[in-house]
Amino acid sequence: MKKLLNRRTFLKGSLAGSAAAVSVGRSQKAMAKDFEGYPESMGVLVDLSRCVGCRSCEAACNEEQNLPAPEKPFNDFSVFDEMHHGQKRRTDETRYTVVNRYDVPEIDHPLFRKIQCNHCQEPACLTSCFVNAYTKTPEGAVIYDASVCVGCRTCMVACPFYIPAFRYSSAFNPRIMKCIFCYDTRLKNGQPPACVEACPQEALTFGHRKELIRIGHQRIRENKDQYVDHIYGEHEAGGTAWMYLSPVDFEKVGFDTSVPKEPILNFVKDFLAIVPMVLTIWPALFAGIHLLATRKDGIKKQQQTEGETEK
Amino acid sequence: MRSTLMATLSIMIMMAIGALYPNQSFALDAEDAPEVVELDALSDLYEPVTFDHAMHVDAAECVECHHHTTGQQPVDPNCLRCHATSEETDSISCGECHSAERFSPQDLKERSNPDLYHIDKPGLKGAYHLNCVGCHEEVDGPTGCQDCHAMTEKGKKQFQVSIVPPKAGSKKDAHE
Ligand code: SF4
Ligand code: SF4
Ligand code: SF4
Repeated sequence: MKKLLNRRTFLKGSLAGSAAAVSVGRSQKAMAKDFEGYPESMGVLVDLSRCVGCRSCEAACNEEQNLPAPEKPFNDFSVFDEMHHGQKRRTDETRYTVVNRYDVPEIDHPLFRKIQCNHCQEPACLTSCFVNAYTKTPEGAVIYDASVCVGCRTCMVACPFYIPAFRYSSAFNPRIMKCIFCYDTRLKNGQPPACVEACPQEALTFGHRKELIRIGHQRIRENKDQYVDHIYGEHEAGGTAWMYLSPVDFEKVGFDTSVPKEPILNFVKDFLAIVPMVLTIWPALFAGIHLLATRKDGIKKQQQTEGETEK
Repeated sequence: MRSTLMATLSIMIMMAIGALYPNQSFALDAEDAPEVVELDALSDLYEPVTFDHAMHVDAAECVECHHHTTGQQPVDPNCLRCHATSEETDSISCGECHSAERFSPQDLKERSNPDLYHIDKPGLKGAYHLNCVGCHEEVDGPTGCQDCHAMTEKGKKQFQVSIVPPKAGSKKDAHE
């Protein structure tokens, strides 16, 4: 019932709010433009050359976040062969992180990639949410407040990495499910996330984001033949707290290399800074969402074709 | 003054000898090594590992696992920059340098020192697995999790091993 009320007050606000929008707009707008991520942000550097696909991270996340039991145990490696609508496994309402296998011809063993929320410096999910359900904490986590969410799922469309998932099980209790960097239970107390702690290979390196960039470049510099000279996430989508090193070109291991180097919603951020009043410009917002959606569909098609040729 | 001079002189002589005979003069011998080492500092989801040190002495050089600490010359050119003539250290156990408390606030604080070169040194768990699995892959040694350590009851719970997949025909861990 609370949620329904939320929805109604929010609609009522839309009628009265248009005038106020213009006046509060300015200062917030300036803030959004200057924001370049918190200086003390933590992060994780994921090294694909170290990951052995043991799925310990998935098991640890499931337990830490009290997620539902999986279909298969976490030491069942047949999940790497699963294809869903031509795609490898993705994060959903039962799993905040998944590891996928990639067979790359130039390397004599398979590579594995762990995916989860990348905790963007300037998150598209956050900027696109008009009820402010998302928060970027100074520690770098992008967390989510279910109590204000109205279930519109704009964030799912806005995220360049297809991360937020929707829990359909309850129609009156909309809830987005995504990795929260173990914020409540660990990060805010200075502890590493559960998945990082579980990883036997130290394929996941936890630390200050700016230190991780130093570490990443040192690792590349001192092992030149083992990595491509790029940290995915140093600049992608305006910079992300979770970043990746890879021994092969990133698009060969499922990364979207067409993600722009600036924040995804930079071009609409000016008007999204007046977030709660965004209702005054619904048509423009929907046009933006439609653009994003079609762009992502294009990429999806491309990935599908790639997936088929891989086989 | 005189004694400092003597000390400097003797260090220089020692370094000179070290450069001449990097693998002999100050190096520990493989015969000094223990037969078996129980690796139990991290045991939690898996049982401790009973490491057959004697067998691995035949399979690898000390330096491949102990880096510069046994007084042998390292092979990695990145290490040679500073450790070409490093002597045997007081302790050569893995946990002496590789922290079992990796990623703790203390660990991260120590690493944020701008003068520190070893900002990327793995913790104890990472050091074990990166070194063991890396080599085992090359020489076709065992690489399955339970080839080296059996899962504990706690591990079985976390991996939810009792779940039976809905469809038939799925492969389980080949190394169980
Ligand atoms: S990866 Fe997606 S869900 Fe995570 S912070 Fe970035 S935009 Fe938001
Ligand atoms: S950081 Fe926490 S919530 Fe996110 S994938 Fe790792 S264990 Fe799961
Ligand atoms: S726990 Fe580490 S090595 Fe294992 S699958 Fe996850 S990231 Fe890879």
